[in-house]
Amino acid sequence: MLSEQAATEARRADPTVGAAEALALAEDVLGRALRVGATEAEVLVTSEDSALTRFANSEIHQNVAESNRTVNLRFVAGKRIAVMSSARTDVEGIRSLVNRASAVVRTCEELEDWAGLPTPATGVGLVDAIDAWSPGTAEATPELRADAVRAVIAAADAEMVVAYGSFSTSAESIAVANSAGIRISQSRTGSQLLTVHMSPGGGNGYAEAVSMDASTIDAAAIGREAAEKAHASDHAVSVPAGDYPVVLEEYAVVDITDYLGYLGFSALAVLEGRSFVEPGRKVGSELVSVIDDGGDPAGLAMAFDFEGVRKHRVTLLDRGVCRDVVYDSQTAARAGTTSTGHGLPAPNPWGPFPLNSVMAAGTTPREELIGGLDRGLLVTRFHYTNTVHPKLAIITGMTRDGTFLVRGGEIVGPVRNLRFTQSYLDAIAAVSAVSSSRKTLRGFLGSAVVPALRIDAWTFTGVTEH
Amino acid sequence: MRDLTDRALNTAQALGASYADTRVVRRREESIAIKTGKVEGVAMGETEGFGVRVIVDGAWGFAASHRLELDEADRVAGLAVRIAKASGTALRRRVVLDDRSPARGSYETPVEEDPFKLPLERKIQDLLAADQRATSVKGVAFTESMYAAQREWKTFAATDGSYTEQTITHVGSAVEANAIDGDEHQRRSYPDAGGGFRAAGYEFIRGLDLADHAEAYAEEAVALLTAPQLPPGRRTIVLDPSQLYLQIHESCGHPTELDRVFGTEASYAGTSFLTTDRLDEGFRYGSDLITIVADATAQHGLGTFGWDDEGVAAQAVPLIQDGILVGYLSSRETAPRIGRQSGGAMRADGWNRIPLIRMTNVSLLPVPGMSLDDIVADTDDGLYLASNRSWSIDDRRLNFQFATEVAYEIKGGVKGRLFKNPTYTGITYEFWRSCDAVGDASSWVMLGTPNCGKGEPSQVGHVGHGVSGARFRDVQVGVGKW
Repeated sequence: MLSEQAATEARRADPTVGAAEALALAEDVLGRALRVGATEAEVLVTSEDSALTRFANSEIHQNVAESNRTVNLRFVAGKRIAVMSSARTDVEGIRSLVNRASAVVRTCEELEDWAGLPTPATGVGLVDAIDAWSPGTAEATPELRADAVRAVIAAADAEMVVAYGSFSTSAESIAVANSAGIRISQSRTGSQLLTVHMSPGGGNGYAEAVSMDASTIDAAAIGREAAEKAHASDHAVSVPAGDYPVVLEEYAVVDITDYLGYLGFSALAVLEGRSFVEPGRKVGSELVSVIDDGGDPAGLAMAFDFEGVRKHRVTLLDRGVCRDVVYDSQTAARAGTTSTGHGLPAPNPWGPFPLNSVMAAGTTPREELIGGLDRGLLVTRFHYTNTVHPKLAIITGMTRDGTFLVRGGEIVGPVRNLRFTQSYLDAIAAVSAVSSSRKTLRGFLGSAVVPALRIDAWTFTGVTEH
Repeated sequence: MRDLTDRALNTAQALGASYADTRVVRRREESIAIKTGKVEGVAMGETEGFGVRVIVDGAWGFAASHRLELDEADRVAGLAVRIAKASGTALRRRVVLDDRSPARGSYETPVEEDPFKLPLERKIQDLLAADQRATSVKGVAFTESMYAAQREWKTFAATDGSYTEQTITHVGSAVEANAIDGDEHQRRSYPDAGGGFRAAGYEFIRGLDLADHAEAYAEEAVALLTAPQLPPGRRTIVLDPSQLYLQIHESCGHPTELDRVFGTEASYAGTSFLTTDRLDEGFRYGSDLITIVADATAQHGLGTFGWDDEGVAAQAVPLIQDGILVGYLSSRETAPRIGRQSGGAMRADGWNRIPLIRMTNVSLLPVPGMSLDDIVADTDDGLYLASNRSWSIDDRRLNFQFATEVAYEIKGGVKGRLFKNPTYTGITYEFWRSCDAVGDASSWVMLGTPNCGKGEPSQVGHVGHGVSGARFRDVQVGVGKW
């Protein structure tokens, strides 16, 4: 038997090892559940090694790593369903998990329209099962992360600004086995480097990179981008709240794709009548198209969802027109269709979500977007956004880390941060230019591949002191 | 457990750690989710593991694992030391902790009716009964009702000889009714948006009387569909405890976290306008009526414990006294930098996260003289806002904007017609300075926030807020285009 250290190294060297281990564990738990009386069962195993090096005031101040493994068992008896999860994966822990599920399920209410567990997905539209694993990320060491952080800090030092941020790396194996025949597993890696640089002149700048392969992240370039932005936003002046045309950098646009996915493009939101989505309804400019694509190699790829259903590529917005929404197995059954592979771990009262949004690139070179602003604002990113009205997709939030006044197509200077209260539907309807380049970023719903946008009207409703 | 903690600490010291602590945590959770009369989710979860935090040459390292085995304690302690050494390659200020006596003892949340011993069927039936009362109201589109319980067994040990054991129990529940008509979507929640939570047993859930309140709240959700939109303007507002607690959370709790003040959350949640020079100058944060205390000893608070996650005993720390900034939420590392001892606010979200400065129970103390009803009666022309619907505040905690589920017009001291989609906005210190009435103890209640996010990797904190309601003058309401 391998020591844990040796087993960890084997998993890092070969992604199939972790995936096979996770699937074997899932199958073992599934067999036990069926033997104690489950009429259906689903086992999700997630196994993760992750680490994050955090820096502030241009030094590393928090630096962490963890190894974790969780078994999630959906135990079905007729139409009664109970979900049990445990981090204990030794024999006794698994036995306890299964026995408790078996006992608890008998006390649960029946879910009358329970549709059964999903079967293996077939048909058109399935995403390609692309390689989502990078040895450069899986084998990332504390020293590698510290090297990258020092490169960010060096870029800050060179420009006499101060660096704050984090560099994270993770390697995970996910496996699903269910009584309807699903046996699927995958190992994935991900990494993210982000930094806020602060200048003595009061300016802030932000930069971020997300990649499956940590070795492709150019830490020094990220540091330079943030430093340049920090200096550019020194000595900001206040401008009054009001309506302005804006150019949103990719860091801000990811918030739009996240909220549209969260509020609208979930089948559960549609079924409950709280979504703005109606097939064929035009809500955006013809320049705006968004798909969910777990197989896009530019994003953080996912081959299947947390129910083990292979992901479909789903067109959410096609030239501004609502097309489809994403489904998990239960919402699909209620809508009389099939899952698109967007389920979350059971139990899931929140519904399915698009976790791999991809907004189509446009034709405008990124640097030319502000050329179309006669008088407007360039926004680097948003801060602490939240829903004011879900069905109208009205969101409030602040600008942050670099907001600039543009006149005659030229940046004339930095402005203090503003609060906006803005319908994101109205925003995408007013998109007048889309950048030809895109960035891969992390939002609150997963990864997103997004361009920068020029939007002809954006409502700012308040100002702050910095 | 001693074997494991001793092994981790000894290994860390042998490898060069000048200080180490370890937490072994087992967390049990149980939840029920009901939607429109259907039990959509019954879940039980258990996680356990341990984390080792070390200081090597003045730098921090931390590692954690789900395997509670002695050889794993060696591996994890060794990894924490290696990580600390990597931290040391980008270090400008060596970590110095304040002195404190070794922490020893045990603590347990007082529980009258153990939520984990009560049969699951009973809890499902209680929640179903409440949900069905809301669902039965004509015009309700869908309901969401929830129950959750969490118990954490936590052992803390440190190289200074500290060894504590704690058992913390939290429970919460809510019924939420949603009404939809065209593009309009209105919601009312009882007792709180996201759930009413406390450190308590199932007796708290029974005391909520969910079923008795569900119908009235559902009817109000439906009524809001045809209520007028709150027009913009500058108004007098009275905040119900169900909204005021979040105002305290966002605009006082977070900005008084000393790690934010020192910039260590800058890249994620932001910094704070309450810089230490403002402590020195006696910054006027609010009116004379505002006294806010972080009290980790408060009864029923989600931020109540015996010791924080670096072994500092629970205590009450004044943050705002008679409107003046007087203190911070702090840690053993940050407090000495302002010449103080830790206020015991370091809390971690489970075994696999480091402790961060978190709120404990950040509460606005009641002011004798006027009950909340008296305040309404004393208001000639204003709005009464209840139940949070959304929240947002800038990265220094100055410009905030909140939406509530409902606004009632106050005319001549009487609450009247409803307004829908209420919002209000302001600058933190201007807002708190405009407070001219705080409710007395008769309406003071301990509420909780079970979803406070902070840190990278992200952590979710459970924090408490005691509050009685208050009145604010000349506040901008009705934000945005409708």
